[in-house]
Amino acid sequence: MRDPTTLETHPETTTALQELASDPSSRRRFLKMVGGTGAAGALTIFLAACGSTKTGAGSTTAATTSTSAEVAGDLDVLNYALTLEFLEADFYAAVIASGLFKGAQLDLIKTFGDHEQAHVDVITATVKKLGGTPAAKPKTSFPLANAGAVVKLAATVENLGAAAYLAEAGKIVNKEVLAAALSIHSVEARHAAALNTLLGKSVTPDGPFANPAPRDQVLAAVKPFIV
Amino acid sequence: MPTDSMLAIPELGGVEIHGLTRGSFILKGALAAGAVYGAASVGPFVRQAFAAGGGDVDILNFALTLEYLEADFYKKAQTLSLPANAMKMAKEFGENEQAHVDALVGTIKKLGGTPVAKPTFTFPLKKPADFGKLAQTLEDTGVSAYNGAAPAITSKEVLGAAGSIVQIEARHAAAIRLFNSETPAPLAFDATLQMQEVLDAVKPFIG
Repeated sequence: MRDPTTLETHPETTTALQELASDPSSRRRFLKMVGGTGAAGALTIFLAACGSTKTGAGSTTAATTSTSAEVAGDLDVLNYALTLEFLEADFYAAVIASGLFKGAQLDLIKTFGDHEQAHVDVITATVKKLGGTPAAKPKTSFPLANAGAVVKLAATVENLGAAAYLAEAGKIVNKEVLAAALSIHSVEARHAAALNTLLGKSVTPDGPFANPAPRDQVLAAVKPFIV
Repeated sequence: MPTDSMLAIPELGGVEIHGLTRGSFILKGALAAGAVYGAASVGPFVRQAFAAGGGDVDILNFALTLEYLEADFYKKAQTLSLPANAMKMAKEFGENEQAHVDALVGTIKKLGGTPVAKPTFTFPLKKPADFGKLAQTLEDTGVSAYNGAAPAITSKEVLGAAGSIVQIEARHAAAIRLFNSETPAPLAFDATLQMQEVLDAVKPFIG
């Protein structure tokens, strides 16, 4: 461990870079690890963080003991999130099946659909890990009249999804579940911004601070799509 | 000095922060981690830096340092002859970052803390073509940094504020990625979880 005062007299980023770059083996391991970006990789990381089975030496935010009420609260948030993710994954699956898109737009839709399915898988596994029962997959139906209407609906759904996660963050007790929810939240925001861009809309419709959407508002908005 | 080919994000290595606060210090380490390992490593780094405590004001001052950096970046970017769509983003996003600066200063004061002074920054930003890639990196880094720091926040109000800011950073990141003809959302999860290799590598730089 270096003396912080020494460091402060040499604050150049390059010094830190020099040190960091000098260990190629750890860099290789790291790059290999983050290279596995599929659902399986994410799932492993998520569960390792959430659970008690793997507590590495670097696990500084070690599981604090949650009360059963706190676990129940987190499960409630997770199952709500799972319902929304089921909807999103189903929506993209339906859009892909509709044949309305091809080329780069289809690729983007497929990517987003893969993300939502990865969220479904990880949240389902996390609910089980915490001892809960995953919410049932709702039956859905979406109006897919034409490509323009679909992109608009996708943007609505994603913007709503990001706002929904934002509203839930403060309710989560388990820090690992919170970290995971945040890592999903910002991905929903990326989807929303990309779709807004396709529509020629502002990527930040709320201005410099995003607004949360409470559950009743979100559930009312998605109700038409649950059959 | 490591060569560019050794770095995941070479341009991040060219960003300099001249400040001696803890926030500046952690941000320097975060950028170094990002330069070497990629933006996804920033979250774990920041998370580790705050895991030992420090409190909400400490985290907010770190966020403020990051927002100062972003606001300054967009301000400097606007002095370049950017194409119209890039200039529009630089202006709008710069305004958002300045709003974040103002809000964080206000929140820190409200909590009885002292907002850190604005550090000076140097960016590898010489020609219009430098803008897109660096903007993308800084925004991705910002997302990762907020996501890494947020779980250590104790106040629900502060967490909510951080969440409403990080969502904007994520939106910026996606828009700039599209501008750069890159995927707006490279991962299903914006990495925040700890990765031992990064933590070991960056440990000496956490003050």
